[in-house]
Amino acid sequence: MGYPHPIHPRETPVLSTHFGETAARTYAGWVERGGYIALRRALTMLPDDIVNEVKASGLRGRGGAGFATGMKWSFMPKDDGKPHYLCCNADESEPGTFKDREIMRWTPHALIEGCAIAQLAMRAETCYIYIRGEFTEPYRIMEMAVAEAYAAGVLGPNAMGSGKRIDVVLHRGAGAYICGEETALMNSIEGRRGNPRIKPPFPAVAGLFGKPTTINNVETLAAVPAIINRGAEWYSTLCLGNPKSTGTKLISVCGHVQRPGVYEITLGFPMKDLIYDLCGGMRPGRTLKAVIPGGSSVPIMTPEEVEDCVTDYEGIVAKGSMLGSGGMIVMDDSTDLVYQIMRLARFYAHESCAQCTNCREGTAWTTRILERILAREAKPSDLDLLLELSDQMTGRTICVLSDSCAAPVVSGIKKFRADFDAYLGAAPAVAMAGV
Amino acid sequence: MTDAMVSVTIDGVPVQVPKGTMIIDAAKQAGVLVPHYCYHPALPSPAVCRMCLVEVEKAPKLMPACVTAVADGQVVHVGSQLARDARKAVLEFLLINHPLDCPICDQAGECELQDFVYQEGRSGTRYSDYAKRYAPVEDFGPDVLYVPNRCILCTRCVRFMDSVAGDAVLEVYDRGDRAYIGIDAEQRLDHPWAGNVVDLCPVGSLISKDFLHKARAWDLDKTPSICPGCTQGCNITVDTRDSAVVRLRPRPNLDVNRHFICDTGRADYRWMNRGDRVEAPLIRDGDRFQACDWNVALDRIAALVLQAEGGIVVLAGGRASCESIGWLLRVAGERNRGAAMKVPLGEEAPIGSIPNLALRRERAANLEGGRVLGMRSEWRDTMSQLQGAALVLVADVELDDGDIAALAGARRVIHFASVPDPRITTADVVVPITTMVEEQGVYVNRDGRAQRFLPARSAPGMARPIWWAAAQAWQRGSGGRRAPSTAAEAFGALDAFAGVSYRDLGFGGMTVAQRESATT
Repeated sequence: MGYPHPIHPRETPVLSTHFGETAARTYAGWVERGGYIALRRALTMLPDDIVNEVKASGLRGRGGAGFATGMKWSFMPKDDGKPHYLCCNADESEPGTFKDREIMRWTPHALIEGCAIAQLAMRAETCYIYIRGEFTEPYRIMEMAVAEAYAAGVLGPNAMGSGKRIDVVLHRGAGAYICGEETALMNSIEGRRGNPRIKPPFPAVAGLFGKPTTINNVETLAAVPAIINRGAEWYSTLCLGNPKSTGTKLISVCGHVQRPGVYEITLGFPMKDLIYDLCGGMRPGRTLKAVIPGGSSVPIMTPEEVEDCVTDYEGIVAKGSMLGSGGMIVMDDSTDLVYQIMRLARFYAHESCAQCTNCREGTAWTTRILERILAREAKPSDLDLLLELSDQMTGRTICVLSDSCAAPVVSGIKKFRADFDAYLGAAPAVAMAGV
Repeated sequence: MTDAMVSVTIDGVPVQVPKGTMIIDAAKQAGVLVPHYCYHPALPSPAVCRMCLVEVEKAPKLMPACVTAVADGQVVHVGSQLARDARKAVLEFLLINHPLDCPICDQAGECELQDFVYQEGRSGTRYSDYAKRYAPVEDFGPDVLYVPNRCILCTRCVRFMDSVAGDAVLEVYDRGDRAYIGIDAEQRLDHPWAGNVVDLCPVGSLISKDFLHKARAWDLDKTPSICPGCTQGCNITVDTRDSAVVRLRPRPNLDVNRHFICDTGRADYRWMNRGDRVEAPLIRDGDRFQACDWNVALDRIAALVLQAEGGIVVLAGGRASCESIGWLLRVAGERNRGAAMKVPLGEEAPIGSIPNLALRRERAANLEGGRVLGMRSEWRDTMSQLQGAALVLVADVELDDGDIAALAGARRVIHFASVPDPRITTADVVVPITTMVEEQGVYVNRDGRAQRFLPARSAPGMARPIWWAAAQAWQRGSGGRRAPSTAAEAFGALDAFAGVSYRDLGFGGMTVAQRESATT
């Protein structure tokens, strides 16, 4: 379902099947829809068998990096006598991304069930779900669902009568984008300043409270019950050609399309069809100018690149960008790319945690140069300077926030030079769109 | 080479280091300085300044040398074009919001930002047309000012207060380029060791109120010394300008004080610059004191010692060196009827997380040295026995009124004094002596560690070390005696330190017990 629009026949609803059904939010409603069968089954499985099932499904991280989920789970030590933790990253703050929000709003029990299964697989008694602070409604719904799950005995010291302890704790963020970075998120849960940590040590060795920890995105965990229910083989066949990218992916589409919303596609779906068919194409009289396919941190794509791009991890990389979080921003010919890129840079400058020099100063400087260009006060050397700064902001810092600021700048200057030239030369600037 | 060692090549220099060593430390061994800001050997490394990024062959990107452990066979380039360009960029980023106020900045001349920019930075800015970030100076604590404009957010101060002092009052506030070091609104930076943040700050952002605008770094002479404040024996550097002490700073010694000194020790230097000094030997003539030359004074001292058949008492202050105490006791010789050191007491103030490092209760630097040399009497007992003492040798000790009254009962007094004490009217000779910043000597700290200090300023007038005057008087006592002519000889002649020389002590010091076990 291209929520809030009616389901499109070319979608593959797995996670989004019950989007829009308020009854699915309740424990009873969720059980009616086949909920918690997977967890009951997982409780009878050996942890390694759960991990192997997820490995075989080909499920990859839906938060942005696309790391193989089963592989990540298998990094957790076994029989080390230490408490293990699962963190669920629900700090969905990437501009243009709003798919986890819908999962938590409509199917909170899918997430809880996914967490519980993952906890069994990794012998983690406690899971922290770190929810973005601004998500007040999703938080309220999640809070009710967790309370219901405890009341029903699904969670707690004797989960579903198994004798195993499964605890799920909700933790609200306080508004910092950087807390969506996995190690910053752990610092934040611990009550520290949300600064990303240096790796190594990796979370599977020393994560939350210094203990072995795995962190997964909401969408990744929510997909796990379906894999346990219907089998890894079924999931791995949800694939349109590239065996490395299996399953379904929620794509939150926003911007200048007729029907913005959250669409669930099988990986490998043509990006062009997603925009022109599922989303109804551009507004009347407008043409496609640019697409940011995976949240604001990834390089911008041109219409030519979109033309034959398949929407999966490798397909978008082949076109010079990334699937990322699946937060797609579509921009038509009314868009001033310089302005849009400045807005993105300003966002990163505002959200830089201030640890690394290159990021702290580079994001702010980049923003100021872009503002200067927009004010028609640019110097001829400004584009070269921007590219040079971007170069020094890429691969130089603890986390990738600084890289994320540089990506749209570099791809923007490279691919949409005309928009920049319009400000540098005498020609009038293109009209500013009201995105 | 054992299994625990790995071989790496850094800028062409092969070195072998223990497994787990960070590249930045291995580079030191190879004689290569990796420029850095956030890294400090005494603190955990956060790898945030990005200044120490180095090229490691086969690594996909530049690696932070402060948190990247060496691997066997690794080839590291600190001076490669890629690494230099990365540092140049970091320096440019650091400078865009850094004021060019070096001419009025206390740190200038000992500023790591200044140094590395001169070395590898750009000659001009590309951050033109923008105002630099501004925030007013903040008063953090008794001796610390924070100048946010100069801050490069290396967070050494935050980490020192958190992980070393255990009093986490500082933290980074706000985000992005608006970030600054903030202090808890309810608190002050008044931990007894807080002053170390000024030394740790690589730029002029955290500055000492006491040192503010007092001297330029390049005008300072630096002398290795030992803090005379308590029995801990922290290693310090005495900074002087034109023979005036303007600042005391810690001198790293991992066995004693790591990289730190306490604020009490740091602040206690004004007495070193006192102008009201005894500058010539004085001999009492009725109720007046008459200046004389050294020969007259030394003859008089020798005569007084010879006449003191009823016994000699030695009273010393806690800053008297081993050389001085040893030679006073030698002068007293058989007639020694008691020797005591006056030990002022104060609050013990541990640094926090470092074991065996504290401002000690006993505020006498050479208490242990005195004990080793045989100065074992209780001060109070000794004072009560002064009545009728034939001769009392008072060696630069601050006496209270009770002490003065007790001293009045002694028959003869020789006062070895750096500053005159008009209350001691009964002294036969007032001997002009140097203070510990004007002489060479050895202190023994509470752990039995003997440590040397050097003269940092010139002595006023005719002042000489106590050991010199005592030894000269001793030489006059009997034919065939030869007084030492240098501090090293004076030390070498002390039985308590037999077999230990200045050369053995070096500037790191050594414990006698350690030496004994090393030679057996």
